[in-house]
Amino acid sequence: MELYNLTPFDLALTAGLVLALGVVQVLLGLGLFRTLALNSLRMVLQLLLVGVILEAVFEAATLPWIMLIAMVMMGLAGYEVVARQKRAIRGWHGYGIGLLAMSATALIVTVLALTFAIEADPWYRPQYAIPLLGMILGNTMTGIGLALNNLTQTAWRSRQEIEARLLLGHPVREATAELRSDSMRAGLIPTLNMLAAAGVISLPGMMTGQILAGVPPIEAVKYQILIMFLITAATGFGSLIAVQLGVRRLFDPRDRLRLDRLRSG
Amino acid sequence: MLFEVKNLQGPNVPPVSFALQAGEVLTVQGESGVGKSQMLRALADLSPHEGQVYLEGVEQSTIPAAKWRRQVALVPAESGWWADTVAEHFARRPDEDRWKSLRLRPSLWDAEVERLSSGERQRLAVLRALILTPRVLLLDEPTANLDHENALAMAELLLDYVERYKAAAVWISHNPEEVRGHASRWLDMTPAGGVLHGTV
Repeated sequence: MELYNLTPFDLALTAGLVLALGVVQVLLGLGLFRTLALNSLRMVLQLLLVGVILEAVFEAATLPWIMLIAMVMMGLAGYEVVARQKRAIRGWHGYGIGLLAMSATALIVTVLALTFAIEADPWYRPQYAIPLLGMILGNTMTGIGLALNNLTQTAWRSRQEIEARLLLGHPVREATAELRSDSMRAGLIPTLNMLAAAGVISLPGMMTGQILAGVPPIEAVKYQILIMFLITAATGFGSLIAVQLGVRRLFDPRDRLRLDRLRSG
Repeated sequence: MLFEVKNLQGPNVPPVSFALQAGEVLTVQGESGVGKSQMLRALADLSPHEGQVYLEGVEQSTIPAAKWRRQVALVPAESGWWADTVAEHFARRPDEDRWKSLRLRPSLWDAEVERLSSGERQRLAVLRALILTPRVLLLDEPTANLDHENALAMAELLLDYVERYKAAAVWISHNPEEVRGHASRWLDMTPAGGVLHGTV
């Protein structure tokens, strides 16, 4: 089987649908036309850019290039983690915690999958390495962002409860037990939903893509299962690390809750 | 000397120095916003500050923070409650005579925190701190939410504790009458610093 190539006409046809949506919105006075148009345009430009870059990287396929791309992806994801929080930890610590949690999980899990499970030749073959890292990183970023957001916001709101426990001589570990488990859960909820919905409510994007490209469904399913486990492990461990590091930053060596280290919302 | 404070100051605390012997109560007065509550937080080592605080000659920063706070216990104006029922907040059930002396119904032990009145919360927060048998009590208007009779009962319990356990207390009060006859000295907090009054 082979992939039927899309023509510019096909894309214009689907863009027409979005345009029609915009027109209806203008007629109804919903005022979302500008945002819809701008975001659609942005999507097209970003994807075209990525397409061009990927073509170039697939052509070159050297390890330094792939590492550079991976670093850029990680850096952007680290920024997104901070940007999504209402009361992120101030300064380099906030950025560093997200980045460290992601690199310690997404990167390692991706390399493990490439070397032990997929075993492409060479192991860093960009057709596998970059989409795999992208999928794992995207999910880990969301999970870590949610976990840290829950951690910092809840700490801000629960100051009285946490300090009451510190005042009774409870160690930080005890005083933050609930905070930490709640934040971990917040980070894992999208992944748990994804696992429960996989194949029944939603057909995962990668599997759909592979089937469209002519891969036998069972082969596509095996790849999807691999990805699901990788995402779950990376998101779970990533949230765990982010929450532990975040709590360490929220308190000082004298066990004081340092909300002054958070950005004001 | 039981409790000694040397040049304590912080971002929101004007400079303060004082020393308390066992059995002594120091009342603190001053306009709201001058830093009285912030001073108590610093004494409990709950917020960053400069200067030294000694408990029986041992400096604050040389003791683990949790241990310090069990011995130098702050009862803030607004108490925090993290679990559903009252009992979950206590290391153990306080003695019956303490419940009685604060005129609290024993059935409150199993009550939900949500249903407590502000006065009940305030009294339970004091009992919660006292079962740790602290050496120094840091009290932020412990009678603020109480009616006259309950306020008297609270003052009596606290003064009795200080006397019986050879403890000391730093007591923020807008009504110095309630501690009258027990506090030999009072601290007047001004933006320029704390000024001690009374006999030494």
